Order: sequence, then structure tokens, then C-alpha cells
Amino acid sequence: MSDIKDEPAAALTHGQAEVAAIDSMAAGDAAPAAALEGAGIAVDTAAPPWRRLVTNPVFMTFFFLVVTMLIFSVAAPGKFGTRTNVEQLALNVAILTVVSVGTTFVIASAGIDLSIPSGIVLGEVFAVKALSFIHVGSGTAVDVAANKTTAWYVLVALAASLTAGLILGMVNGFTVGYMRIPPMLATLGSLGGGLGIALLLQNGVNTATYALNPVATSHLIPGVPNLILIGLLAVAVGYVLMHKSVFGRHTLAIGSSEEAARRVGLNVERHLLKVYTLGGLASGLGGFLSVAYFSTTSVAGHSTDNLQAITAVALGGTSLFGGAASIIGTLIGVWIPAVLQNGFIIVGVQSYWQLVAVGAVLIIAIYSDQLRRRSQNRR
Amino acid sequence: MMASNDTSASGGSTAARRERVPALAALSVEKQFGQVRALRGVSFEAMAGEVTALIGDNGAGKSTLVKCLAGVYRPDAGTIEVDGKTVHMSSPTDAESFGIETVYQDLALAPDLDAASNVFLGREIRKFRFLHDQAAMRRQTAKSFAELGVGMVQDLRVPVASFSGGQKQSVAIARAAMWAKHVILLDEPTAALGVIQTAKVLDLIRRVRDRGLAVIFISHNMPQVIEVSDRIEVMRLGARVARFERGEADVDRLIQAISGAYTNEVAA
Repeated sequence: MSDIKDEPAAALTHGQAEVAAIDSMAAGDAAPAAALEGAGIAVDTAAPPWRRLVTNPVFMTFFFLVVTMLIFSVAAPGKFGTRTNVEQLALNVAILTVVSVGTTFVIASAGIDLSIPSGIVLGEVFAVKALSFIHVGSGTAVDVAANKTTAWYVLVALAASLTAGLILGMVNGFTVGYMRIPPMLATLGSLGGGLGIALLLQNGVNTATYALNPVATSHLIPGVPNLILIGLLAVAVGYVLMHKSVFGRHTLAIGSSEEAARRVGLNVERHLLKVYTLGGLASGLGGFLSVAYFSTTSVAGHSTDNLQAITAVALGGTSLFGGAASIIGTLIGVWIPAVLQNGFIIVGVQSYWQLVAVGAVLIIAIYSDQLRRRSQNRR
Repeated sequence: MMASNDTSASGGSTAARRERVPALAALSVEKQFGQVRALRGVSFEAMAGEVTALIGDNGAGKSTLVKCLAGVYRPDAGTIEVDGKTVHMSSPTDAESFGIETVYQDLALAPDLDAASNVFLGREIRKFRFLHDQAAMRRQTAKSFAELGVGMVQDLRVPVASFSGGQKQSVAIARAAMWAKHVILLDEPTAALGVIQTAKVLDLIRRVRDRGLAVIFISHNMPQVIEVSDRIEVMRLGARVARFERGEADVDRLIQAISGAYTNEVAA
């Protein structure tokens, strides 16, 4: 962490001078070469690879995660580092991973999505409602046992969950993109509204079902529970979409400068609609997976999922000001709170310390992002 | 700083020039905002291979005219011609389709994206329809930058936020030059720049002109206008009041024209 601490000094001394160190995080090394400042002159040599690595927020978070896991492995030999424990951790974070990948796009567009809990809960509720419309024998598909379920039931529930996410996401996208309501308030509204509708549909009571269990717990690939596979798949899809696709590029451009994006002819409103819809779909899918894994809806059980997802995204080096994002970072960011909680319990530390630790790590991560930006955005 | 002497286009006489078809022209354009008549029948011409400066005091209507030429505003009356043909533009995208690109003073680039991504923003080279081909875009950007003498191709992976103001403006102009087929509109491109950066940007403007594009250039800096322009058109109160060929005007004369003390425009 000491490398992050070094940054303010470097940024201030050289940032003030009329220099143009190209890699801002390398400002300390690059300043002398920048004497050639001008409109069209190559300004300095690239930063040495190690320096880039150390100043890369994603790498730093990854480094922190690895060190934490090593410490717990050493502190609790035969308990933390076991295959069972790591697999359990992966299962625990899988749903949050799916949701966080979606919200990474929203944050990359310089937005925020607080309505994640209502997306998840609506996804759950729509799934069980859809199952309850399928009549099986004397009951409905909600009541079938896990080993009696069919692909048809699963697909119907999935479609219903995605529909819930789609509707919520489109509402968010419309209010943010077209009505120009600040994202925090627009999604705060749909958070309350969505939860209210879910509670109305359920009369405030949860529904249990085993019909979707195989989605989470079966093994399509031997040794890897499906839920983990789905989480990894979401990361892979998110990675391509964010970093390799035109969609991701436009998302980052809008997050970086909406005005610049508008001037090159991007339809900013429509793109934001798509981005929030993607976020809503991810939440809806999260709800589907949640029913599948926990065998019940959980209308009151997701109220901090939005904050968890935002924490993960921010830890992963995605800038809350938009424009810079990392899907791999989000994957790492999802793991850090989970590892801390699990590790503290295993080594016998009060698990409440996890909250303190995550809070501290989050603030440090955001602070280093701020410093990076401050030293970069010189004129 | 006298590198602009090499322009062959400025050799012809005024009479010969008038017979050429302007790359972009405004004819008696009117534009009104509520009670304010921003443009009162202004005409304007820009020739291919020339830098045409558009000057005038604040409120003379320069920016309104440029926005009409860039497709941002639709004129209330009058016509816009591209290569002598009347065109109707209702958006900047329309203007782009006529080969007209605009460089704004600020907010032109997405600071978190690298130079190549900015250059191709909205016009990405694609593969499989939905993916972008970053390597190809980077190659093409490096090639164009080299041709235009924008020399900072050493690292096209770095966000433009870390560039100096002059470099950012160079990227913006180079981007416009890459895409413009006819005309580049520059709205005060050097307003925020230091001396050396300004010189670099002016060099770039000349190189863009030498590629045969019509460059339209708004500036408040009279010595700079005289240095870089092949022609100067002066606006006052929503209409053109004077036109100068290279060498015809000095700073005093320009200021007289701007303030209304001099005109060489025959009243319409």
C-alpha cells in the first residue's frame, strides 16, 4: 500500500509543472523526459512495467486478495485453504458476481444503480409466480421436487426473472437517459417501487420452491457446481462486452465525457437505456439464481446487495466517476469482502471486523483512484 | 513562423478566386433566436486548400454561423452550399455525411479513452459486427498522426487525460482531418493554449490545409489570424462586413473592420 501513499507527492510536484508525463501514475519517473512538451511531440518513454503493475488499481486489489488469502491459509492451516472452503466461497459470491458485472457497466457510464435489491427480489418473485402458473398434477411447478423438475419449468422461471429485470432496467434507463433524473435518485425511486411491488405480489410472504435447484447445485462440468460456472460465464461475457465490444467502448466514452460522446454522434439517451437495462437484467438473473440456490424467495433478504455490488465494483478499480472500468477487477472485488468474512470466522476473529476491514479497504481503493485521476487530468 | 509562404493557392488574383466554387458557402443566411437576429443575411465562403479565418467581435454571430455550417442549427432563411450544391443539414451527423467536421474548443475528447479510441469513437472499425478492432484502429491512427506530423504516437494506449492541452487539441484536429472529406471547422482551437502549443497547432492546421481541405478557423487572436489565414472574412452584427486576401490586411485594418470603422463589402 505504500506505493499508493507515494502518489500524492509525485502528482503534486510534477503535475504543477508544465510537463506531460504520459502515464500519469508514472509521473515520478517520467518528469525529466517531459521537457519536450508541445503539441505534437512524443513526451516521454513508457513507464517501466513493474511501476505500471504497482500503480494499476486492479493489480493492487488482486495483490491484496492474494495476500489476505495466504495469511488466512497460514493462520488456519487445513481449514481456510481447503478445496471445500474455497468452493463454498465461490458459491457464496457467484450471485453477487453476476449482479456486479451488470452494475459495472452502469458505473462505467458514470451512473449508479441502487435498485439492485428490487431487481433481485422481483426476479425471485416473478420466477416463483411463473412456476405457480404451471399446473402439475394437483399442485403447481412451485411444489415439484428438485429431481422432478424439467428444463421447461426452469426456462419459464428464467424468462420471468429476466422479464422482471428487463422492466426494472428499462424504467431506470428511461428515467436516467431520457428524463435526465440523476441516477442515484432515479434508482432510489425504483428501489422502493420495485420492492413494494414484489411485497404486494407476495403479500409480504416468501415462497419456497425446489424446482430450480439443479440450476445452482448440479454439475454440468464435473466438480464445478453450475452456480460457479454461471458466475464465471457472466464474467467472461462481461469482459468481452466491456473491453472488446463497441457497446463497452461507447459506455466508457459516455462515462468519460457525455458531451464528447454526443458530439461524435452517439445516441447517449438510447445507450444509457441499454446500459441500465443490462444492469436490470443482471439483477433479474441474480434473483433467478438466488431462488435456485436458496430454494426460496427472500423478499427482505437483499436490502444491502446494491451496496455490496457497488463496493465490489469500486474495489475492482472501476471509477465511480465513469470512464474507466474493469470486469476482472469486479470479480476480485466481489471476493475480498467474502474472503475477509470467511477468514475472520475461521481464525476466530469477531466477524464484525469484516465490516470494518472492508470499509477501510474501500476507502483506500477509492482514494487511490482519486489520486490517479487528479494526477492524470492536468491541463 | 513564416512557413505559410509556401501556399500556392494564395497566388491567384481576387477576381480569379471568385470564379472558383467554394467548398463550403453560406448565402444570405438568417437566424433568429426569439427577438435576437443573430444572423442577418450573412454570406461566407471557404475554398478547398485554403485556411479561411472568420473573425468578429463577441456577439457578431460567428458561432451561430459556424453552428449553421456544422449542422447544429438550421438557418431560418438562406442556403448552405457544399461544392456549389445546396444542402440541408439537420444534425452534425448530416454535416459529417457531407464531409464537414467540427473541432470545438473544449469537451471534444473523452478523457479516459486513449487517442486511437477517441479518433474512432462512434466510427469504430468492427469485427463480427459488435466487437471493435483496437489493433487496426491503433495502426490507422498511428499512420494518420505520422502523416499529419502529430508525433506522439509512442503510446496510443494512454488516456488522453494525461495529454497537455495542445496535444489534446492536436488529437481533436487530427481526428477531424482523418474524417473530413471537404471542410474542417475550428472554433477557437488555440484559445486555451500556450505559445509553443499554439504554434504546433497552427502548423497542424497548415498541414491539414495542404492536404486539400478547406479549413475554417475562428479566432480572436489577430496576429495569429494574419499569420495562418489565406483569406479572412469579418463579421459584424450578423453580416459580413469585409473580406481580405492574404497580405491585404494588417491588425489595425482588421480591428477597424470588426468595430465597424471599415468595410469593403458592397451593401446587398
